[in-house]
Amino acid sequence: MHFWTTSRLYGGAMEGAGSGAPSVHTALGLTDDELVAIEGILGRAPNHLELAMYAVMWSEHCSYKSSRTHLRRLPTEAPHVLVGPGENAGVVDVGGGVAVAVRIESHNHPSAVEPYQGAATGVGGILRDIFTMGARPVALMDSLRFGPLRDARSRWLFEGVVSGISGYGNSVGVPTVGGEVVFDEVYAENPLVNVLCLGVLPKSRLVLGRASGVGNVAVLFGSTTGRDGIGGVSVLASAGFGDAEAEQAKRPSVQVGDPFEEKRLIEACLELLDAGLVVGIQDLGGAGLTCATSETAARGGVGMDVYVSEVARRQPGMEPFEVMTSESQERMLAIVTPESLDEVLATCNRWEVRATVVGTVTDGGRLRILERPGGEVLADVPASSLHDDAPVYDRPVSPPADLAELRAADPAHLPPPADCGEDLLALLADPAWVYRQYDHQLFLNTVEPPGGDAAVLRLKAPGLARTSPEAPTAALALSTDGNARWCALDPRQGTAMNVAESALNVACAGGRPLALVNCLNFGNPEHPEVMWQLSESIDGMAEACRALGVPVVGGNVSLYNESRGRDIDPTPVVGVLGLIERLDVRPPGVRMVEGGRLLLLGRTVPTLAGSLWALQVHGHRGGTLPPLDLALHARLVELVRSLVEEGLAAGIHDVSDGGIGVALAEMAVRSAVGFDVGGLHDHVALFSESPSRVVLCVQDHAAEQVRRRAGAAGVQLSELGTAGGDRLVVRGLLDVGMDQAQAAWRDAIPTALAPA
Amino acid sequence: MAARVGVVLFPGSNCEHDVVEAVEALGAEADIVWHAKSALPDVDAVVLPGGFAHGDYLRPGAVARFSPVMSAVGDFVADGGPVVGICNGFQVLTEAGLLPGALQKNSGLKFLCTMVSVRVETANSVLTSAAETGQVLRIPINHFEGNYTCPAETLAELRDQDRVVLRYVDNPNGSTDSIAGVCNEGRNVVGLMPHPERASDPLLGSEDGRVLLRSLLAHVPALR
Repeated sequence: MHFWTTSRLYGGAMEGAGSGAPSVHTALGLTDDELVAIEGILGRAPNHLELAMYAVMWSEHCSYKSSRTHLRRLPTEAPHVLVGPGENAGVVDVGGGVAVAVRIESHNHPSAVEPYQGAATGVGGILRDIFTMGARPVALMDSLRFGPLRDARSRWLFEGVVSGISGYGNSVGVPTVGGEVVFDEVYAENPLVNVLCLGVLPKSRLVLGRASGVGNVAVLFGSTTGRDGIGGVSVLASAGFGDAEAEQAKRPSVQVGDPFEEKRLIEACLELLDAGLVVGIQDLGGAGLTCATSETAARGGVGMDVYVSEVARRQPGMEPFEVMTSESQERMLAIVTPESLDEVLATCNRWEVRATVVGTVTDGGRLRILERPGGEVLADVPASSLHDDAPVYDRPVSPPADLAELRAADPAHLPPPADCGEDLLALLADPAWVYRQYDHQLFLNTVEPPGGDAAVLRLKAPGLARTSPEAPTAALALSTDGNARWCALDPRQGTAMNVAESALNVACAGGRPLALVNCLNFGNPEHPEVMWQLSESIDGMAEACRALGVPVVGGNVSLYNESRGRDIDPTPVVGVLGLIERLDVRPPGVRMVEGGRLLLLGRTVPTLAGSLWALQVHGHRGGTLPPLDLALHARLVELVRSLVEEGLAAGIHDVSDGGIGVALAEMAVRSAVGFDVGGLHDHVALFSESPSRVVLCVQDHAAEQVRRRAGAAGVQLSELGTAGGDRLVVRGLLDVGMDQAQAAWRDAIPTALAPA
Repeated sequence: MAARVGVVLFPGSNCEHDVVEAVEALGAEADIVWHAKSALPDVDAVVLPGGFAHGDYLRPGAVARFSPVMSAVGDFVADGGPVVGICNGFQVLTEAGLLPGALQKNSGLKFLCTMVSVRVETANSVLTSAAETGQVLRIPINHFEGNYTCPAETLAELRDQDRVVLRYVDNPNGSTDSIAGVCNEGRNVVGLMPHPERASDPLLGSEDGRVLLRSLLAHVPALR
C-alpha cells in the first residue's frame, strides 16, 4: 500500500498544527458523513488511494452535489435533441444529416490564480468535451468578468486571461467568434472565465463515452501524466478564496496547457472516429484518470482494471494517487477492441501522439487499480459508486436578508444627468481590443464577427461532406449572455431576462433558437442565500426556456465563487444556439444606413432598476425589475427572426445594457452614420433596460410592411427618428459628434488599460 | 485541365482546409500533402498555409524547415514552380531560406486578427499577375509574428529588384517599410502575412483575396 502525507498533496499549505493534524479525508475535502458513506459502499475502510479517488469524484465540481436536485427542474427535451445534459456535450440535430455539439464550462478558480494558464486550459478542456463526441470543434466563445480596470490586479487578470485564450485558441486552430466582457466590482477578487465551444459532426459519427466489450483495452493517449493539477477539482474549484498566501499555495493545482499537443490530439481522434476504430472515448478533465475510467465503465455497465505502471509519467517518483488524480492536460482515454489496437497505435504515431494501453474492460462493474498487469491491487471500488453514489445535498435556502431593502431602493431617486451625452459616452466600450487578439475567422465560416448581437457561422466544417450545391446554405447563430445586475435584484426574473435576451440576440441574426447551455456561477452553496439564488435562477431559466421552446442541452455549475467571505452576485451565463435556415446574404448586423428610419419594437417601461447607467454612473444597484412577458417575448423573437430572414431590416440591435441610448449609439459608431431621434422624454427612457425591445433601421419602402407585421404579432412599434449625418442627436437630451462618440467607444478599454 | 495545387500540412497547420476550399472555388484541384513526405505529388503549384507548424515552438517555422517535404519544395522552386507561403507559410519560407528576411513579434506585442488594406506593389509575381499595380485589397491578417524585418542591404535589393509584392496601407505590426509580402529573385516564390483565402467570399466581407489566388492558378502552366 502506498501512502502520502497531506502536506505533499497540498504543497505544504494544509500542514496541520501540532498534534491536531487534520484527518486525511478532511484534508481531501470529504466530510465525516461522506467517509461513512464510502465505508458503507466498500464494506470496509477505504485505503488512501480510494479515498483520494472518492474525494475528487465527489467534489462539488465533479458531482454537482449541491445543485443536482435543482437542475432536474430544467426542461431538457425536444425532438431535435440527440444528446442532453449529462454527457460531455449536448448535441442537436440541425438537419441534412448534420448535428451540432455544444458545451460551456467555467474555469474561474484556475484563472483567478494564474490567468494565462487558467484560461488556456479552460479552452483546452472544453475543446476535448466537443471532439470527444465526434464533433470537429469549429467555434469558441468566451464570457469574461473582472473587477474594474482602475485596479492593477484586475488589469493583470484581464490581460492574462485574454492572452491565455488567444495563445491557446489560436494555436490549437479553433476560432473564437464572440463572447462578452464585463467589469464589475463584484468580480474583483473572483473573476469569471466561462468558455463555450461548438462543434459540427455528421450524425453518423456521434459517439458516447462508454466502455463496453469485456476484454477490450483502454488506451490512454496524448500528453504524459505529471503532478500538475492534482486535486484541482477539490482544492481549487470547490472552495473559495481567502488571502493572497493561500492563493499562492494553490498555484501548483493549476494545470499547464500545450495547444500543439491538443491540435494533434484533435486530428488523431477525429481520424480514429472516422475510421470506426474506437468503441468509446472520453477526455480526461477534472479528476483525471479516475473520472475517465470510472465514467466510461459506469456508463457501459462494466468494470475496468487500470495499471498505473503503464501510465507514461512526466516525472519520476509519482505515487499511484497522483497518477490517478493528476489533471495534466491534453489526454484522452479510448476503449478499443484488441483487433483494432495496432491500427489505433499507428494513427496516433502518425500524428506524433503518445498512446499506451493502460487498462482492460472487465465484467462485474469493479474499478480496480493495479500496480501493474497481474500486480498488486491498490484500489477496488464499484465503478458506478464514484459517480452515481455521490451525495446529493438539498442545502437550506433563504433569500438574502437585505433583498427587500435592495428592491425598494429605486434609482428613480438618483439625480438626473447634467449632460446625458456625457453619461452615454461613459457607457460605450468597443470590445475589439479583446477579439482582435483572437483568430475569429478560421474555417471561413464567420459571417458575423465578434462585437454584434450574435455570431453568425456558416454551417460547415473540414471533413464534413457538403450538401448539394442547390441545397440552401444553412448557418448558425450563437450568443452568450449574462447579467448579474438583474440577477442580484431578482435571480428568478433576472435569469429569465438573460435567456430572453440571448434568444432575441440570436433572432436579430436571423436564427431560430434551438438549444441553450448554461454556466451557473454562484457563491458558496453552504450559504442559504446563495442556494436560494441558485434555486430561483434555475426556476427562472426553466420558465423562460419553456415559454420560448428552447431545451437546455448542457450546463456547468461553478460554486464557491467567493473571496474573503463575500459571494459574487449570482451570475448565470447562458449560450443560445440558433439555426438560420437559409443564409444567402449577410444579416443586417448592428448598424445604421444613411436615410434609414429608426423604429422601436416593444414597449419601454420607465425604470432604471438594475441598469448599467445606475451602476456605472452612480454605483447604485437597487430597484425592482420591470416585468417580463414571456408570451409577448416569444412573439417578438419570431417577428424579429422573420423580418431579418426576409431582408426587411437594414440594421438591427437588441436593447440591453445601457438601454435605447447605448443601442442607438452602438449602431451609429459601428457604421459611422449618425441619428436624429425624439420622443424620449428623459434619461430614464434613454437608459431603461426593460426587456423585449429591439431597435430597427429600415429603408422607407420596408417601414409600412414592418409596421403591419408588428401589428399582426401584437408587438408595439414606435417611430424613433431617422439615421444619417455625423451627429448623435436625441432631441432635448443629447447631441454628440460622431468623432467624439467613436473615440469614446474605441478608446474605452485601451485607455483603461493604460492609466496615466 | 484544372490546375492542381499541393497544400502542405505540417502538424499544427490549421489553414489547410481553408486554402483548399478557396482554390477549389476557383476551379482548381487541391491535394493536401503531409509534411513527412519527401516528394511532392504531381502538382502545378504549392501553398504553405497558415497555422502553427510544429506548434511554432522555438520560433515560427524554425522546426518546419526540417520537415522532409521542405527539400522537395526547394527542388520544386528550383525548377521554377510557383510556391506561396501564407502567414505561417511565409515564416517557414524565410526560415528555409527560400525568401529573405524574418518575421518578428508585432510591434504592439499582441496577436492581431483584423481586416487590413494592402497595396499591390508589383504585378510581376506569381501571386499578383492578375492584379494591377497600385490596386488596394482588403484582406485579413491573423498573426503574432508578422513584423517583417531584414538587413538594410536586403531591403535595398528588394526595392531595387521590385520584389516588395504587397505593402500595408496602414502598417499594423511595425513591419519594415510596411512590407506585407515579398518574392524571391525568380518571382515564383511569394510570402505574405495577409490571408487571401479569408477574403474569398462575399459572405465573409471581402472577395479581394480571389485576385491573388487566381493569379497563382492562372500562371501555373506558363511557369512550368
